[in-house]
Amino acid sequence: MEIVLSLAIGVLVASGVWLLFRPRTFQVIIGFSLISYAVTLFIFSVGGLRIGAPPILDPAVKDVSAYTDPLPQALVLTAIVINFAMTALFLVVLLASRGLTGTDHVDGQETTEQ
Amino acid sequence: MPTSFLLLALISLPIGGALLASWLPTYARNAAATLAATVTLACLLCLAMLQGVSAEGVRADIPWLPSIGINLVFRLDGLSWLFALMITGIGALVVLYARYYMSAEDPVPRFYSFLLAFMAAMLGVVMSGNLIQLVIFWEITSLFSFLLIAYWHQSANAREGARMALTTTAAGGLCLLVGMLLLGKMAGSFDLDVVLSAGERIRAHDLYLPALILILIGAFTKSAQFPFHFWLPHAMAAPTPVSAYLHSATLVKAGIFLLILLWPVLSGTDAWYVLVGSAGMATLLIGAFAAIYQHDLKGLLAYSTLSHLGLIMLLLGLNSPLAAVAAIFHTVNHATFKASLFMAAGIIDHETGTRDMRKLSGLIRYMPLTASLAMVAAAAMAGVPLLNGFLSKEMFLAETIAQSSSPQFSYALPALATLASAFSVLYSLRFIHKTFFGPPPVDCPHTPKEPPRWMIFPIAVLVLICLVIGIIPGLTIAPLLNAAVVAVLGDNTPYYSLRIWHGFNPALALSVIALVSGILLYVCFRNRINANPRGAPPFLHRFQARRLFDSLMARLVMLARFMERRFSTRSLQPQLRLLVLVPLIIGLIIVATSGGLSISTNVQAVDPFFALLWLVGGVCAVGAAYQAKYHRFVALILMGGAGIVCCLTFVWLSAPDLAITQLLVEIVTTVLLLLGLRWLPVRREDLRKETRRSKIRRGLDLSVAVIAGLAVAALTFAVMTRPAANSISSFFLERAYSEAGGRNVVNVLLVDFRAFDTLGEITVLGVVALTIFAILRRFRPAQEAMATPRQQRWQNSFDSDHATRDVGQTLREYLMVPRVVIQWLFPIIIVFALYLFLRGHDMPGGGFIAGLAMSIAFILQYMASGTRWTEAHLRVLPVTWIGLGLLIATGAGVGSWLFGYPLLTSYFQYTDIPFLGTVPLATAMLFDLGVFVLVVGATILMLVALAHQSIRKPRVVETDTDTTEEDALPAPEPEAETLQTERPD
Repeated sequence: MEIVLSLAIGVLVASGVWLLFRPRTFQVIIGFSLISYAVTLFIFSVGGLRIGAPPILDPAVKDVSAYTDPLPQALVLTAIVINFAMTALFLVVLLASRGLTGTDHVDGQETTEQ
Repeated sequence: MPTSFLLLALISLPIGGALLASWLPTYARNAAATLAATVTLACLLCLAMLQGVSAEGVRADIPWLPSIGINLVFRLDGLSWLFALMITGIGALVVLYARYYMSAEDPVPRFYSFLLAFMAAMLGVVMSGNLIQLVIFWEITSLFSFLLIAYWHQSANAREGARMALTTTAAGGLCLLVGMLLLGKMAGSFDLDVVLSAGERIRAHDLYLPALILILIGAFTKSAQFPFHFWLPHAMAAPTPVSAYLHSATLVKAGIFLLILLWPVLSGTDAWYVLVGSAGMATLLIGAFAAIYQHDLKGLLAYSTLSHLGLIMLLLGLNSPLAAVAAIFHTVNHATFKASLFMAAGIIDHETGTRDMRKLSGLIRYMPLTASLAMVAAAAMAGVPLLNGFLSKEMFLAETIAQSSSPQFSYALPALATLASAFSVLYSLRFIHKTFFGPPPVDCPHTPKEPPRWMIFPIAVLVLICLVIGIIPGLTIAPLLNAAVVAVLGDNTPYYSLRIWHGFNPALALSVIALVSGILLYVCFRNRINANPRGAPPFLHRFQARRLFDSLMARLVMLARFMERRFSTRSLQPQLRLLVLVPLIIGLIIVATSGGLSISTNVQAVDPFFALLWLVGGVCAVGAAYQAKYHRFVALILMGGAGIVCCLTFVWLSAPDLAITQLLVEIVTTVLLLLGLRWLPVRREDLRKETRRSKIRRGLDLSVAVIAGLAVAALTFAVMTRPAANSISSFFLERAYSEAGGRNVVNVLLVDFRAFDTLGEITVLGVVALTIFAILRRFRPAQEAMATPRQQRWQNSFDSDHATRDVGQTLREYLMVPRVVIQWLFPIIIVFALYLFLRGHDMPGGGFIAGLAMSIAFILQYMASGTRWTEAHLRVLPVTWIGLGLLIATGAGVGSWLFGYPLLTSYFQYTDIPFLGTVPLATAMLFDLGVFVLVVGATILMLVALAHQSIRKPRVVETDTDTTEEDALPAPEPEAETLQTERPD
């Protein structure tokens, strides 16, 4: 399981990094989102992978090791919401920049090379 | 009254006064002066009440950052009491003087506000019991002295002088901060009392020399010591009350105070002797020599201030307790006579309209009172017997003789000291003789006369002090001086006597030599000095410190420009490449040097379905990357696919809360990006041209991306397979149910254990939503994106081709069935969202999830029925929701204060509710409600603000503001300037 998830995170990061280096704003925004997936999965995986462990407390089961680790989950939950806000802000800024400069190049002006 | 209360009152009174004064009307001169006078008198009263106890030292501690040993500590001992007395006493006199000096056209309340704030900062410096706190107040004095010097900001000289003073003193302040950090490290504490008792250890420490140099740079810049003395004469562009205050008793004495304060810790070494002594000696001579040649009254006083500060520094540098006593004594004396002389110079300027000594003459006829007072003060500055300046100057001369046995200086020290004293006699004499005696002035702008009585009063008080200290020192200054000296020297306090007459001794001889030679020099050279066209001393005028300073600043700016040109770019791509490459390389180096990642084989068996799932996810991600340029819509769908795979991963790995959140966010993000797609330019793949250079670049980018992916994959694997670390999670698991009454630990973490983080997070969310709203209000889409979308044109042309149809009918009938279904679904989704919210504490759900679900209910209505229909039927006020959500969440947190608990403490109990059974009710639920409401508002605001762009009328329609639109939503504004630029002329 671990190897699959690691590779998955690697692929997400590679695709995201590639897009970050592209000149068009929409590419950067997609790249940013892909890296966000990778980061949330990474933080989540720090707590260890548990399959089928209960996430909800049962007063009868006192042993804490029976449950999943709630801490990375709480961190990731806020991270997902903030990612959404970042993406939204980024999108609006790029739209505004597109409206002002007439181009969707990340620098607000076309260069001779792409 | 408890002493700690008095201490705090002493510092907070001027702060409060400064704030009050800043709120007064711009020209309320009398009100501001009354306020400032009341505040300073109250401070003096506090000081008087503290005088008795301060001899033993009092302190008030307020915990601030106790975990790293930084607290607000205010302390008062004999030394700081004496300085506080000078600050408040001379402050009170300056307040009175300034009332008559400042013109009614000046914004006087601002002046008093700055003055009081500066006074508070100075009091903070002398009363600080913590090194860091002292530096903070120190920097505040720099800032307010900047504002005070630049008070007449319409004058270029004032701005220039203020900038120079701030640059120098603030840069010194930074050095001081580093020095203090080193000092604190050596002493093991930032508490002043601890530092003061660790002198031995500090002087023997390796860091002593760097710390000493840094602290001295701080003190020298503040007290205008050579080579940092250049800013002080330029600061004379300030109003005279400011000069009288800053350059006699306060700002420039801060450096002196610091060195006196740290004298027991830092002095006694050769480094101290050489550095402090030589800087003091150089400043003493340069200042005294330059003062002789000044034609400007204030310029003369400024350079004489330099020389007296140098004198005090030199005394401190002599490493002898007796010299330290003389230094403290001379500090007080200098403050009294220099403040009164500045005020007298101000009166002359005020009444004659000039400060140029070449134009002034014979003023004693017109202003006998001012003249007599100024003469006494100048005599004190020259060191004439029966005045306070004589006493301390004689102590100084005696000390130089006592030190001359040491080989470094031998006879040079007393000789140079006597020379400087002779210069001081010379310029004092010139000041008095040129201004007040001789024929009546010929080209004065005004006819001179005595100023108002209350303007002379402060000078009279100060001159009286000079006289009283000079004649009966034992009855006046002695106890105060003694308290200060004991506070600094403790058991090392030497025997000293403050009598006028010590018999015939070498010091008296030097005094007499200085007096006589000063008078003789004046008689011989006065015509030459007065005729000197430059008003600057010979030899030294070549070394214009100001020019050096200016060229240094210019070079700094040039260097910065060069660096920016060379190393900076406004282009995003190189910056992002750097951002990725630098951590990647650093990470690889760290891994390589620490022997590689420890990869364990402790893994769980691979589930083939999970692998298949991520095969799909990976293809989606790579596909999104590949298509993002020419096929944005495809890329967006593929990205959503990767998101869904993430969501399923969370389900698989026992994280239901995350899975739900991810799913909902995925939906909202996709809708959002879809809304944005319309405004992006069409990109045509057939126009693509590939150059060799771009191919190389893409190849490089691809390899960096692959390496980064591999590195992160390896890192993730290493992290996941490492032995389970000792985590704090068990704490939350054990207490979630027993202490917070919730069984869904993730939700309990969010709304209870880490509620403060969540509060911050929802605030960010609200701020982002409002920012988006604000940006979109001014949004101007590109011209080619303004046309009606292709699909709508098709629909409309279909309508117009068929005679039976109206134009727009197809659009209205479009998605008829889904629209009805979604309208019916609206209440169901809302109920479902409320259900998710209510069960959040015990089951997957909660404020975030419910809020997202609820906002999707609204967005679906917008999508299916269109913006106009939805807003005609639903009142959506997202901004109000955001505000309400923040209020509820904060209120739920603040509510615990009412019961005496810290912020965001939650309370819960199980309650029996009929029909529902036992239900846990926690105040955290209320907090979660705030989260819920805010998330609904923020999400809707973001999406709807973007959606509204499509129905905005094109800007060329001038007057049209669509009145059917909610005022809370971005409406097109008829903007004058935009319209103007768009009209072809």
